[in-house]
Amino acid sequence: MADIKVAAYICKGCGLGERLDADALVKIAQKDGKVPMAKSHDFLCNADGVAMIKNDIANEGVTHIMIGACSRRAKTEAFFFPENAVARANLREGVIWIRPDTDEARETTQEMAEDYIRMGCAEVKAMTAPTGNTVTGSSKTLLVVGGGVTGMTTAIEASKTGYPVVLVEKTGALGGWAAKLYKRVPVHEPYKSPADTGVGELVSQVLGDSNIKVYLNATVAKTDGAPGRFIVDIATESGATHTEDIGAIVQASGFSLYDMNKLPELGGGKSANVVDQAGLEALAVAAAADDGVIRRPSDNQPVKSVVFVQCAGQRDPSGTHLAYCSGYCCNTSIKQAMYFKDANPSVDTTIIYTDLRTPGNGEDFYRSAQEKGVIFTKGKVAEVVPGGNTSTVKFHDLILDDQDAAMLDVDLVVLATGQVPNSGINIDAPAATEEEGAVEIKPISILNLTYRQGKDVPQLKQGFTDSHFICFPYETRRTGIYTAGPVRRPMDIAQAREDATGAALKSIQALENAELGRAAHPRSGDLSFPKVRLEGCTQCKRCTVECPFGAIDEDEKRFPVFNESRCRRCGTCMGACPVRVISFENYSVNTVGAQIKAVDIPDEFSEKPRILILACENDAYPALDMAGMGRNEYSAFVRIIPIRCLGSVNTIWITDALNAGYDGVMLMGCKSGDEYQCHFVKGSELGRVRMSKIDDTLKTLNLESERVRDLEVAITDIERVPEMINKYAAELVAVGPSPFKGF
Amino acid sequence: MSANTALAEKYRNNFLKEIEEQVEMGDWVKMCMQCGVCSGSCPTNFQSAWEHPPQELFMMIRAGKREEVLTSSSMWNCTSCYNCIVRCPRKLPITHIMHGIAEYAHRIGLAPKMQATRFFSGLFWKNCTHTGRVNELKLSMGLYFKDGFASGIKEGMKMKDVAIGLVLAKRLNPFELFGGHKCKDQKGIQAMLKKAYEIERSRKAAKMAG
Repeated sequence: MADIKVAAYICKGCGLGERLDADALVKIAQKDGKVPMAKSHDFLCNADGVAMIKNDIANEGVTHIMIGACSRRAKTEAFFFPENAVARANLREGVIWIRPDTDEARETTQEMAEDYIRMGCAEVKAMTAPTGNTVTGSSKTLLVVGGGVTGMTTAIEASKTGYPVVLVEKTGALGGWAAKLYKRVPVHEPYKSPADTGVGELVSQVLGDSNIKVYLNATVAKTDGAPGRFIVDIATESGATHTEDIGAIVQASGFSLYDMNKLPELGGGKSANVVDQAGLEALAVAAAADDGVIRRPSDNQPVKSVVFVQCAGQRDPSGTHLAYCSGYCCNTSIKQAMYFKDANPSVDTTIIYTDLRTPGNGEDFYRSAQEKGVIFTKGKVAEVVPGGNTSTVKFHDLILDDQDAAMLDVDLVVLATGQVPNSGINIDAPAATEEEGAVEIKPISILNLTYRQGKDVPQLKQGFTDSHFICFPYETRRTGIYTAGPVRRPMDIAQAREDATGAALKSIQALENAELGRAAHPRSGDLSFPKVRLEGCTQCKRCTVECPFGAIDEDEKRFPVFNESRCRRCGTCMGACPVRVISFENYSVNTVGAQIKAVDIPDEFSEKPRILILACENDAYPALDMAGMGRNEYSAFVRIIPIRCLGSVNTIWITDALNAGYDGVMLMGCKSGDEYQCHFVKGSELGRVRMSKIDDTLKTLNLESERVRDLEVAITDIERVPEMINKYAAELVAVGPSPFKGF
Repeated sequence: MSANTALAEKYRNNFLKEIEEQVEMGDWVKMCMQCGVCSGSCPTNFQSAWEHPPQELFMMIRAGKREEVLTSSSMWNCTSCYNCIVRCPRKLPITHIMHGIAEYAHRIGLAPKMQATRFFSGLFWKNCTHTGRVNELKLSMGLYFKDGFASGIKEGMKMKDVAIGLVLAKRLNPFELFGGHKCKDQKGIQAMLKKAYEIERSRKAAKMAG
């Protein structure tokens, strides 16, 4: 490694010069920070200040830069030195803006700033400028798995953007569910009548596009590699296998209808005159081909009365059936009732619902159905009793509170059974135990990934694939692989098309980033990637098991094999590693450890406690910055270090801090669990599991458990965060100073 | 065959259709989405005073509960404050529908005979069409004596002080009991009413015949 030359720059703008003693800070950088070149500037982020730094880089051989000015989240364009290692000491949002401008506070405010300068200098010396991942691939081809509306839309959108597409469809024809529909719910004004599905047009668009290669009767037999360099084996019916080089993947494997045979009390499977929504579409298609009259299956007589049962096997609190609402079925039943009313207004059509949910412009569609004379009855269907050619529907009328309401002589009953995702194998499910007589039909893998963590993308709830529902809806926990459509959450055609377009664009971003060796979001553009010192590795497999993105495989000797292009740079592997051999060029056990050690710890008689805060850079750190912008004050005794994710926190940092005499440590990370907000999905959860064992460490050090505090912080906690800090600081006063000071 | 049985026969199993065709504004009933804002907004439905608030009546109509709806006293409670119309998100003319149902129940003889609103409406009409002027004394006495002589005396005595006050203030003339004041052109009034009855009768007959 070439010699490093560190320079520190202290800004005096934005009130920093008036509130802080900049000359003293320059001296601290030189003396404690041991930086050969330290300067202050009146307005560092202006053209003159930036030119000064650039000049020092060019003519003085400066390689490492420490900037003491605003938060690292501010002025990123001005302080952009891609060839150099850069550390930022947050003197503005982190010091002067959160402290009162009074004479009494001046001393502690200055001490705070001095510590941040020491920390910045220590950090930058432990860093190197990231060079970028070199194990990249440059395939620009998109693989779309599934030839339904979602898959076809993804293919068309990607092709329009100029990217070649390989589309794999399991069946012999494109179109999926939508091709089986007679008509669809309208998506244009005036939202009054069922509309043409438009599937035929999509199919011809796909087939007529030379940029889209379609494999019918084909499945994905193997997916190997990483974004930009996936190698996918496609098995076709004939037994032949085609291998394609793929840049990114969109899984649009869609849904299956919940099996109505599981609902015998509603007549499912007990009579030909009880059908699910797909069954009714088939009847409507058959009728349209004939005389337009929908006939009951049992004796082919025209249907004179039809009852639609909403939420059949859905929103079931008992856990026997689906727990969720599929969201589209109310509109679908309204549409299907119109099939009858539009053909013959004298047909009795009744929709029995508990809560009618008509998203989008469904409210107009609902009103139109009422105008056409479709009867809506609020009730819960208890039983469908098939008998001969007609059935009796028994229900509890919820408006009239009539337990024994019934519809007699119903020709056809339609059950709205809802969507079940086709998401392949649940890789997180515990290995199935062999039960007597139970014949378990194993789901078939969709992607057949060669990843160490399993063959398919992870699922979250109810079998739907995991995606960060707030920030990155299409993003799975496998970088470069996106899910779109009902495999991700229940949805209708309009939503699926929107999803498909989003996923197409996201996957294009992913393959472009992969080629340049950069991270996908949330750290988009990050060039650093985990480096491992294999000679120190004990093959404990924690990193390969914990990586939330399945980026790490194992070789035959069980050493970790990093696939940098799959990596999202969260640092969970680094936090997990018990022997600390995993690090990033600009973020490592050392960069944070050096900062912890650089803080000046006053002795126990000074009444100046020190609290270390490790704050997640995605939510907690911006919240702290915004607290500063709003001039919310908090304790001058905290020293904040931004971390990539709670998952990257290595317990050594906590032990080091407590040993060094810090009075307390606060960990600020995102919400974890099923309703997680962690940008790295599992990072904060894994970090918390690790931290739950910190009590043992505290015991061996003979310290109180209050010394470490784990907090959930959201980006909106702008006013709550300072309160939490102050409350904790007050609590620590009661606990008393750390016994480790002065050693 | 009474009008009621004839119509019941005609619309067998389809009470909603009967309401749509026979009741003024009845074709709006199907548009109710059961939100219940009308029932919650009704000042006379305070503490659930209505046996079946409007939203429930609409649901009963759709469920075909003909007898229960038409014999109900509920729609007779409406005082035409129009709160429900103002608030209905589906813009149903609920007040008008209530009056429409009440009128229809009355027309086919199913309305509760001694329901106070219905009774008073008849009394008022008879009173004011008799001479062309409302005879307030006879009107209020007619209402007091609705349920018989004893209860009439009892009700009247309750209002004794008010009545004496009105007499002293010359707002109530006890001699109105005998004849009372009239319109000038008695003949003209009666002729006008006769014509109006004729028009109404022919319109309703056409409607009943469907």
